[in-house]
Amino acid sequence: MIKNNAATILIYCSAISVTSLFLWLLTDLLIQGLPKLSPAFLFEAPRDAGRAGGIGPIIIATGWIVLVAMSAAAPLALATAVWLVEFTRPDGIFSRFVEFSIDVLASVPSIVFGLFGNAFFCVYLGLGFSIVSGGLTLACMTLPILIRTVADGLRAVPDGYRMVAAALGMTRGSALVHLLLPSAAPALTAGLLLSIGRSAAETAALIFTSGYVDRMPGSLFDSGRALSVHIYDLSMNVAGGDANAHATALVLIIFLLIINNAAIGLLRHWRKQHIAAS
Amino acid sequence: MKTSLPFAERSSHSTGSTCPDAAYTLGELHAGAPCCVPEPVITVENLSLNYGRKPALEAVSIDIYRGCITALIGPSGCGKTSFLSALNRLTDMIAGCRINGTIRFEGHDIYEPGNDVRQLRRDIGMIFQNPTPFPLSIRRNIELPLREHGIRKQAELDERIYQVLRDVGLWDEVKDRLNDPAMALSGGQQQRLCIARALALRPKVLLMDEPCSALDPISSGMVEDLIQSLAGRYTVVIVTHNLAQARRIANYAGLFWVTERAGQLIEFGRCRQIFAQPAHELTAAYISGARG
Ligand SMILES: Nc1ncnc2c1ncn2[C@@H]1O[C@H](COP(=O)(O)OP(=O)(O)OP(=O)(O)O)[C@@H](O)[C@H]1O
Ligand SMILES: [Mg+2]
Repeated sequence: MIKNNAATILIYCSAISVTSLFLWLLTDLLIQGLPKLSPAFLFEAPRDAGRAGGIGPIIIATGWIVLVAMSAAAPLALATAVWLVEFTRPDGIFSRFVEFSIDVLASVPSIVFGLFGNAFFCVYLGLGFSIVSGGLTLACMTLPILIRTVADGLRAVPDGYRMVAAALGMTRGSALVHLLLPSAAPALTAGLLLSIGRSAAETAALIFTSGYVDRMPGSLFDSGRALSVHIYDLSMNVAGGDANAHATALVLIIFLLIINNAAIGLLRHWRKQHIAAS
Repeated sequence: MKTSLPFAERSSHSTGSTCPDAAYTLGELHAGAPCCVPEPVITVENLSLNYGRKPALEAVSIDIYRGCITALIGPSGCGKTSFLSALNRLTDMIAGCRINGTIRFEGHDIYEPGNDVRQLRRDIGMIFQNPTPFPLSIRRNIELPLREHGIRKQAELDERIYQVLRDVGLWDEVKDRLNDPAMALSGGQQQRLCIARALALRPKVLLMDEPCSALDPISSGMVEDLIQSLAGRYTVVIVTHNLAQARRIANYAGLFWVTERAGQLIEFGRCRQIFAQPAHELTAAYISGARG
């Protein structure tokens, strides 16, 4: 009984400390960042190394980086996941090797992706510090999560559809296009949203690849500073940049919250539908 | 060991030595005379089926007769579903499933390499135990497989949709909501839609795996009437746990039994014969409810 009570108290304490940590973080951000936040802050260019002005070009650069990352990663992840789930046997040597590679990739720290991206995209392919280099590096980084979510989404589609489609003489490809992918669409979208969130929040992989330049990027081959890199730079390298760092962090967090909630909402809606259907 | 018929007797439904050419009179299913002739459409010889190392069927030999309803009965796990899936090569979809023996459909070995599996499955349709409409509209459910098989003209699609929905008695119930999701139909309606979807491809044989067992008694009765109305025009192989149903609708019946090793066909013959004078003692025990 006493043991039980102690355990209950412990559980409550940890729950409370987690929420208070979150609340503390949020209030700190709000107190320091909110006064700076204004429509102008979102559109203006940074001045005086970011101490003054806004984050317009940085939001644009972040958008481009994420867009490049997703356009490269999404088709590749879709193809890989479809291959893994629909076109090979899970116990095959090659598919096991692919699964293993995905697991390894998923556990590589993002700074390593940054170093790889710098060596491969910036130097070897000669793309330099650019939005393309950063985007492609992020693509490599998010590939494992994307493949996992797409594969899980496909695996969750009832096997009955595959059987029925085959029994009607439909090809696997057509069952995939007309039945399996539409059924898995919410899961795919949720996976995409989660990866977008993860890309938008990334710092380490971008410092060495898309660089620091905080001007409005003229093309995808220009360097562009991502939001998180901006925050990092303001708080570590710029004296007196704290207020703007907080305001930028607030913008980023609001964006991430929206993205994550959309993803979770989609997944929840989809699960409910699936339970109703089966 | 071939469990052949002791007598090549004509079914009670048969009207002549050969049936009128199986011209399709879709949309007026009830017009033609039912016709069941003891002439095999599917011949299975010495079929054995393994899942990995585990045998599921052993030495099954059976003839499926044209235009007749053949009921397969037997206790759970004796391989009835596996047997049906072997007939349209749906077993290809299951990793580790191996088949030995020969299955001939209209004289051709269906497992011959280079065979057109899609055409085979178009000729031999299958209905599953749980109604499995696609998460699409009622219309798209029937259209999608038709388009797959190269039927793209809207007029022909509409014509076939009308015909098969009439055939399964669903037309009046759904004609005003063809674009509604099929999932919104009741279980019995869904199952009839699945039958309509299979019929739209104009198959020669219909395999039905316990098509009524997931339905309420009234829907089950409707589907049963539907199956009976298909007799003659289509060759039907139906798996059922409902012995009374088998007795009501089938011309031929086969009893599967699972021995210590694998499922086997232990008796096959005219339905009335099997229920009236079973040759095998297990059959007698099973139909009297003493075993299984
Ligand atoms: N995909 C599969 N993988 C491995 N074993 C299987 C598979 N499908 C069926 N089996 C096994 O094969 C045997 C026959 O199964 P099957 O489903 O054909 O029986 P059934 O007569 O249809 O049973 P029921 O009346 O319960 O539907 C069973 O022992 C089952 O466990
Ligand atoms: Mg079964």
